[in-house]
Amino acid sequence: MATYDVVFSKLGLEDWCSQGETSGPLSMKDLLARTRGESETDTSIWEVPFPSMDALNEACSSFPQSRELTKGLENGFLSIKDSLSIFLDPLTQPLSWFLDGALHVMLATPWWIVIPLLLAVVQLVTKSWKLVAFVGISICALAFIDHYEYAMQTLAIIFVCAFLCVLLGVPIGIAMSRSDTLQRFTIPVLDMLQTLPPFVYLIPLIFLFSVTESKLYGIAIILYAIVPVIRLTNLGIRLVDQDVIEAADAFGMTDRQKLYRVQIPLALPNIMAGVNQTIMMSLAMVVIASLVSAPGLGVLVLRGIRNLELGVGLVAGLGIVILAVILDRVTKMSLARINASQKN
Amino acid sequence: MSDDIKISIKKLYKIFGDDPQTALEAVQGGMGKAELLEKHNHVLGLQDINIDMRAGEITVIMGLSGSGKSTLIRHLNRLIEPTSGSILIDGEDVLAYDEERLRRLRREWMSMVFQKFALLPHRTVLENAALPLWVRGFKEEEFEGEATKWLDRVGLEGQGSQYPHQLSGGMQQRVGIARALTSNSPVMLMDEAFSALDPLIRTDMQDLLLDLQKELHKTIVFITHDLDEALKLADHLVILKDGFVVQQGEPQEILLNPNDPYIVDFISDINRARVLRVRSVMEKTTSVPEHSQGEVAIDDNLESVIAKSGGATDAIYQVMRDGQQAGIISMKDLMKALVPTEAATREVR
Ligand SMILES: Nc1ncnc2c1ncn2[C@@H]1O[C@H](COP(=O)(O)OP(=O)(O)OP(=O)(O)O)[C@@H](O)[C@H]1O
Ligand SMILES: [Mg+2]
Repeated sequence: MATYDVVFSKLGLEDWCSQGETSGPLSMKDLLARTRGESETDTSIWEVPFPSMDALNEACSSFPQSRELTKGLENGFLSIKDSLSIFLDPLTQPLSWFLDGALHVMLATPWWIVIPLLLAVVQLVTKSWKLVAFVGISICALAFIDHYEYAMQTLAIIFVCAFLCVLLGVPIGIAMSRSDTLQRFTIPVLDMLQTLPPFVYLIPLIFLFSVTESKLYGIAIILYAIVPVIRLTNLGIRLVDQDVIEAADAFGMTDRQKLYRVQIPLALPNIMAGVNQTIMMSLAMVVIASLVSAPGLGVLVLRGIRNLELGVGLVAGLGIVILAVILDRVTKMSLARINASQKN
Repeated sequence: MSDDIKISIKKLYKIFGDDPQTALEAVQGGMGKAELLEKHNHVLGLQDINIDMRAGEITVIMGLSGSGKSTLIRHLNRLIEPTSGSILIDGEDVLAYDEERLRRLRREWMSMVFQKFALLPHRTVLENAALPLWVRGFKEEEFEGEATKWLDRVGLEGQGSQYPHQLSGGMQQRVGIARALTSNSPVMLMDEAFSALDPLIRTDMQDLLLDLQKELHKTIVFITHDLDEALKLADHLVILKDGFVVQQGEPQEILLNPNDPYIVDFISDINRARVLRVRSVMEKTTSVPEHSQGEVAIDDNLESVIAKSGGATDAIYQVMRDGQQAGIISMKDLMKALVPTEAATREVR
């Protein structure tokens, strides 16, 4: 006899309980007890179990076990999966094209075009020859140890995902800055996205999309990395000097003019700080996403772990660090340039 | 100077809070600012404001911090909506304007100068000065000439390509004034425009404003908490306290006949000899006095007359306007005017 029998008999639910007599798998505890050949004895007060689902199921077999909760979730998910896919698939399909396209272009273009092109971009956004030299040496070093392809794959994925993060995140941030209600609803979602361990939201994504599609890791990266750009766009626009906003109103600017000519330019330092974080987080995620077939340096790290190839994993890790430093320096430097051009 | 009334504020009330209408009834029933805050938790911003501002004049609104000056001036271009009352500009009810019409008012009829300058830090001085024009959709080559003209006029020749942070406070405010002038609006609102500047620069800017005004004859609403500044600039002076008008009128008139202890206090420290003018103290007469010591101009201040007299207390001067005698001024009357209105002062203390 189980501890909580009394509860159900007191509530007059014995009939309902006995209906489920035969159903339900054996709980782990029962199984152990049976194999040990123990018979149930009265439990002392020290051993009273918490009235958990399993404990209650023991007393009344109609009561669901906790395994049925997870099972229910699973079934629920599976049942809406098809209808969800109907509109999620076409919606996210372009992401696959972007990623595959970027990966293809990055690798199909010869290195003696890609590397100078990257350096030109660095020079354009930072105007710093020192940084250009640093980036050049780093990339050549990676190429020299035959990690060029992996590094470029990682970069291509980051470019696409970070670009999409900005494309989606900035408008969301702007909308949030304009409506306190929207901000109230969005912030908990952002908090959740940021605190959930990345492994956790890979799970539903694997259910929804097939692992062979590149959009799977694309979505995982974007969900993870979009948060800072949204947050900082919102914050940046809210922090724009109220006196300047008032002046804009007093001279009869339309909302559009105010947004494009005052708010966004003045929020740009904050937005760029968000972009910097977004890029760094994409890099972190692209490594984890190698678990779901994202190509790049992460794959090598994974190989290091799986096959215990210490050297492979460590060198790939070093490559990731180098990429991180490059991306961080370049975005920080362009941020500093924006800051310098509009200090008060 | 014409006598046209450009801006007319009638029975204006502003109450800050969640339910201003209920609070408004209480205020109209005679409740004061402190009581309203205590009982209804609403802030009384303005109460029963009635002001007529003439075209081409400088109307100065003066009051201590928190008296509602900024609130009042922001009603004119509806940066703040009133709780009740009406605002007429050129006879048109501004409160009836829709968004589009209101925008036109702000773009073409009224410009504003701010205490903290409020320039766009990411735009050059030229682009800042041209703001009213590019807001209206003009292209760079169209607004450049106009903006440069006004920058030159306020003394910023050749600074157009600088950024605001490269300029001193005084120069930044010159940009602010140039920006207001570029809009070519008949009305200019200035909220403590010179309060953030140090005294010397401030005097410069006041002179600049008076200079510009001689030429442009705008209707200017100027806010200050500084009495000297108010007296220097005002054609019409409005004194505000806790959201209501204590006294308004010609500044000299207010100095000589303050109607409230609050104002008496306010004016007790100023240099009356420098502020009061012959015209306010003279006796109006066309008969030539027997022992006239000479002639003084009607707009001279008393200080200059005292200097002229060399300390002689029995001198009498002819007061001249446009070469004709408008009255006479005796040193005896002049001395009396220098003593802060005795009667009123004694009542208070
Ligand atoms: N948005 C608001 N909400 C509540 N109260 C307000 C608001 N704006 C102004 N007030 C109140 O209205 C009163 C007048 O404020 P206002 O800013 O017009 O004063 P001011 O005369 O311009 O003062 P200062 O010289 O400090 O600029 C103050 O008591 C202030 O607390
Ligand atoms: Mg103010």
